[in-house]
Amino acid sequence: MDAIAPNADLERPDPLEIPPLCPGAMEASKPWIASPDHQKALGFPGELVENWKEVAIAKMGELLEKNRALRVYLDSCVKCGACTDKCHYFLGTGDPKNMPVARQDLLRKVYRRHFTLAGKWFPSLVGAEDLTEAVIDDWYSYFHQCSQCRRCSVFCPYGIDTAEISMAGREILDAIGKGQKYCNEIIGKVHTIGNNLGLNKNALRSTLEGLEEDIEDDTGVPVKLPLDQKGADILLVTPSADFFAEPHVDGLIGYAKVFHAAGASWTISSYASEAANFGMFIGSYEQMRLIALRIREAALDLGVKRIVFGECGHAWRVAYSFLNTLAGPFDFLDPNYPVPQHICEYTWDLIEKGKLNFDKSKNDHIRLTYHDSCNVARATRMGDQPGGQFEIPRNILKSVCNYYFDMPADTIRDQTFCCGGGGGLLTDELMDLRKKGASPRMKALQTVADDHGVTHMAAICAICKTQFAKVMPTYGFERDGILSVHQLVSNAIILEIPETRDDDDD
Amino acid sequence: MLTTIYACLFYGATAIFLAGMALRITRFARTPAPLKIPTMPAPTTSSGVAFRMLREVTVFHSLFRANKWIWVFAWVFHVALAVVLLRHLRYFLDPTPLPIVLVQPFGVLASFAMVAGLAGLWARRVVVERIRYITGPSDHLMLALLVAIGLSGMMMKFVAHTDIVALKQFFLGLMRFDPAPLPADPILLVHLGLVATLMIVFPFSKLVHAAGVFFSPSRNQVDDARERRHLAPWAAKLEADRAR
Repeated sequence: MDAIAPNADLERPDPLEIPPLCPGAMEASKPWIASPDHQKALGFPGELVENWKEVAIAKMGELLEKNRALRVYLDSCVKCGACTDKCHYFLGTGDPKNMPVARQDLLRKVYRRHFTLAGKWFPSLVGAEDLTEAVIDDWYSYFHQCSQCRRCSVFCPYGIDTAEISMAGREILDAIGKGQKYCNEIIGKVHTIGNNLGLNKNALRSTLEGLEEDIEDDTGVPVKLPLDQKGADILLVTPSADFFAEPHVDGLIGYAKVFHAAGASWTISSYASEAANFGMFIGSYEQMRLIALRIREAALDLGVKRIVFGECGHAWRVAYSFLNTLAGPFDFLDPNYPVPQHICEYTWDLIEKGKLNFDKSKNDHIRLTYHDSCNVARATRMGDQPGGQFEIPRNILKSVCNYYFDMPADTIRDQTFCCGGGGGLLTDELMDLRKKGASPRMKALQTVADDHGVTHMAAICAICKTQFAKVMPTYGFERDGILSVHQLVSNAIILEIPETRDDDDD
Repeated sequence: MLTTIYACLFYGATAIFLAGMALRITRFARTPAPLKIPTMPAPTTSSGVAFRMLREVTVFHSLFRANKWIWVFAWVFHVALAVVLLRHLRYFLDPTPLPIVLVQPFGVLASFAMVAGLAGLWARRVVVERIRYITGPSDHLMLALLVAIGLSGMMMKFVAHTDIVALKQFFLGLMRFDPAPLPADPILLVHLGLVATLMIVFPFSKLVHAAGVFFSPSRNQVDDARERRHLAPWAAKLEADRAR
């Protein structure tokens, strides 16, 4: 009596296929624990504190006072089951604790026991439980199997967002000294060096110079990638993966070509050389704020007029939805432009005004689809109309590419799946989870590969790109089947080749 | 004696229900939402948000997108319950206003729909593996309570009538703090006892979703983060450290 399955033939993969329950299947999936140094650098206890139980309950009480969403979501769930088949990690693993409601219940049962009358008086009746070591272990395991993609919140009749629950869970874990290595180490690097990769100013400068040479060799056009240029109009803040990873760097080259074609004055900042903000993943407003303030500082120091963000999913969430809160007001910037802008908004605006020229045939070897990155789709907007975050990237792709096909409607736009590596899970020790979590998207991709011969998928998220490059081979696709949106722009854009110096001399 | 017990029960239940819900709602309202987290795409105006909320609470739009079976049972139950409650207003209003008179026959039909909806939701808790996994004892008890209220009410309509004139006098009197004698029919006493139980349990259970839905930031926030700076009072205090 469950949701109606389409009458497709049996060979056809169904991205929404519901697996049988396999309790405990992913119990052992845990990321590495943060070292004492990584913990202390963020002001968290180095290791599990002696009175962890009291500290955890006190932290939960604090969060309940500070975050309405947490309180409302913990109180309001009626266990209707609407969310149970919506999480990609559940669809990929069958572990019932990966059903959003069951993941929430890991926190809710302790909340009930310690913060509600019903849970204090009739714990077994309402599923209230004491906080024990086993519960902490479950938290560590299953709050690191949520990529904070918000798909469950789309379908919940009360909009309960499991991301808020897993963020609170991770925050409590950090407070008792049980943080996650991947996120906390990276946040430490941003605080000291300015980006997730720990790329210092000199390394960044030589990387950008190398890219300038590559572009000029390739096109004959001296496209620049300026660094720390005071007085530039536009500050570009992009995920540091764009500086070296594939296919990310091809996207960065695309942004540079667009800026060049528009004749824009722009710069990257070495101080704020990171769009990603892992403070969100660990649920810490304070960490997220410190990282965001670097962008404000850079904008003030460089005297820019606008801030534009590169292709990155959760970064765009922090930028679009949180930046004004965390680091605003931005009244020192040009009021004629929204703060911040997405590079796709910037490029699409130029395309609409007819300022960019393309040779679409340059992408004719590609039959393309587009993966809506979860945080862009369900936590942000582009342009001035709701849903612009779906239309604008597609509009750009259709402007630069002749063969474009969407995946099934119930797997895209606000019903899109996470790539399987978001929310601070893009780390090698979670590879099993990442591969399984990617399966709904991979099945959806398979349907358009079968129906339309789709060869490539574009995305606007650094995590999506890294994740897909890693897991696509498992599902029979090429690892370079994942592309940056601005990589396709880069392929097709027509740049004016300057006259040679000899001509000038004549 | 019986009248006094039930009068006290209803005064107590009403007080607990009202005070409990007021406390819940005050807590929801006073806890700040530090960040803008509407589930996108979201309305860009307050009137848009009002429409989104109206659509959620009247036709359960998100639930409709999620699962047609849960939607049909849940929606039928809630709408039927609303009609049944309207029908019951005749025990509290004298003279009975015309709309309430007109709703009477629909209220009878709605009682069947209400119990059928509940039965559907209950069946899913048993039959569907995923929902069985997330169902606890209190979820069954809550359904049992609602079904028992529905069935005991229907029994008074279709099996053993009670003296509804006397009943109306009891409730009218109750509202003037001067209750008239309550008919001593066992089914009526069970029905009223269960209703009072529901009122007492309401603010302490998952039934607070009725208020919670209006306070859900993912549904009630306007998508205007770039245009309007949103800052929680506790977060504003952090800004003291900012040089510029």
